[in-house]
Amino acid sequence: MTRATAQRITAWKDVWDSIANFQLPALLGWQDVAQRYRRSKVGAFWLTINMGVLIGALGLVFGTIFNSPMSEFLPFICVGLIVWGYFSQLVNEGCTCFISSSDTMLQLPIPFFTYVLRTWWRNTIILAHNLVIFPIILLIFGKFVNFYAILVVPGFFFVSLNILWMMVVLAIICTRYRDLTQIIQNIMQVGLYLTPVMWEPSRLPAGARSMLMLNLNPFYHLISVVRDPLLGNPGTLINWCVVVAMAVVGWAVALLLLNRYRSRITYWL
Amino acid sequence: MNIHVQNNPAQAKMTSMHLEDVTVDFPIYNAKSRSLKNQVFSFATGGTIGSNSEGHVIIRGLENVNLSLNEGERLGLVGHNGSGKTTLLRVMSGVYHPSGGRILINGKCTSLINISLGIDPEATGRENIAIRGALLGFKKRDLAVHQKDIEDFSELGNFLDMPVRTYSTGMQLRLAFAISTVIQPEILIMDEWLATGDQSFQEKANERLHDLVNKTKILIVASHSKDLLVKNCTRIVWLEHGRIRMDGDAESVATAYFDHH
Repeated sequence: MTRATAQRITAWKDVWDSIANFQLPALLGWQDVAQRYRRSKVGAFWLTINMGVLIGALGLVFGTIFNSPMSEFLPFICVGLIVWGYFSQLVNEGCTCFISSSDTMLQLPIPFFTYVLRTWWRNTIILAHNLVIFPIILLIFGKFVNFYAILVVPGFFFVSLNILWMMVVLAIICTRYRDLTQIIQNIMQVGLYLTPVMWEPSRLPAGARSMLMLNLNPFYHLISVVRDPLLGNPGTLINWCVVVAMAVVGWAVALLLLNRYRSRITYWL
Repeated sequence: MNIHVQNNPAQAKMTSMHLEDVTVDFPIYNAKSRSLKNQVFSFATGGTIGSNSEGHVIIRGLENVNLSLNEGERLGLVGHNGSGKTTLLRVMSGVYHPSGGRILINGKCTSLINISLGIDPEATGRENIAIRGALLGFKKRDLAVHQKDIEDFSELGNFLDMPVRTYSTGMQLRLAFAISTVIQPEILIMDEWLATGDQSFQEKANERLHDLVNKTKILIVASHSKDLLVKNCTRIVWLEHGRIRMDGDAESVATAYFDHH
């Protein structure tokens, strides 16, 4: 029974070991959610109730401003806000996921990607809670998803891949530069308005400038590959290409960064 | 963590740990150097003027530590606060990657520096067994084998279904101790001897700890207690300012160190 600890643990090995032992991040992430259930019976559904109220209020306001039919607009803003909430929570918590686990990181040589996966899993469980709002809204308007809804599966897969590399990059840099967390929070706040979450992309005046504004925003593509299938269309080819390309390039960058700085991270805590 | 390579007798190596010229430098950041904004501005303004007031101080935690541990050795670490004991323990447990030199570890290594790590006060005793067990590298089915043993040993009975925050300090320690000591590492790293609870539990705990220590092939323990070190260790290393001041058999180093103070 031998184990040789290599001089350095490569980023690839770190990520692979974390995934191979997914039990651990899943248990920790689940415990984070379970925490919410311990003192209240409604538990994580409190967040869902909040989200429901937000969707109702914003849907009413913006639907009226844009003069959109509610049966179209409410499902749109519902998926948009839920998915955006998931993104921004993951990105923001990604920034602090090493810092908040520093006790464990300074004592046990657990692969670092485990902490990223834990954060991802916790928020994915909360996403699953929030998602129950969507069928309720569909039922109210007597609508149903169509065949394209199946695309939400690859959509979610690529979205997760993308968010995970962003979290890895942010977790590393934010551990070193602590004020970046605030900057990221601001960016995500502004991003909510720049991304078609509360306004439909079709509302933009036709033209190159509008297209540029949409296509340069990575979150537009990320949100589209999940939202569009649920609303009954497959999303554009650009959406899918960008999401796949971003996942490949992003992971390459994240692995390089993790490989370069992995051994320094515990010193920054 | 615990990666098992197949137990192939032909290739089976002895458990060992080798540190060669291990040096650890800590970067000490102040609020300024931790700020991205300041870094960007200091770069934009040329950087040279700012670099002194930047506060980028480096502290040497360990310097050229050479240490070879072979199967059967029981190493004690002594030294003042700040002499590098904890840093060395962290290097040995794989948490700190040395900034200079290298470390080779053959064997499954577990550190029990803080046995209460990962204990969630809101979760029940049973849930905490699962969390702490998973952190120590147990798979679900492996832990199931030990579940009963942990529950019996902790003597918590019906309290296992209560949140840990309702426990007394002694009960919390009993739980943490019971979970943490089911591990069977080849290399065991401890910061101070773990003995907890009231008189009767302490005896039981000591017995269990001795069992664990006897089963491990290499023990590394940092302690301030002479009796304990002399009783349990075969060799003691005295650290001072991050360097090895003395390395030798337990009796002579302990005498030298404790007489010195």
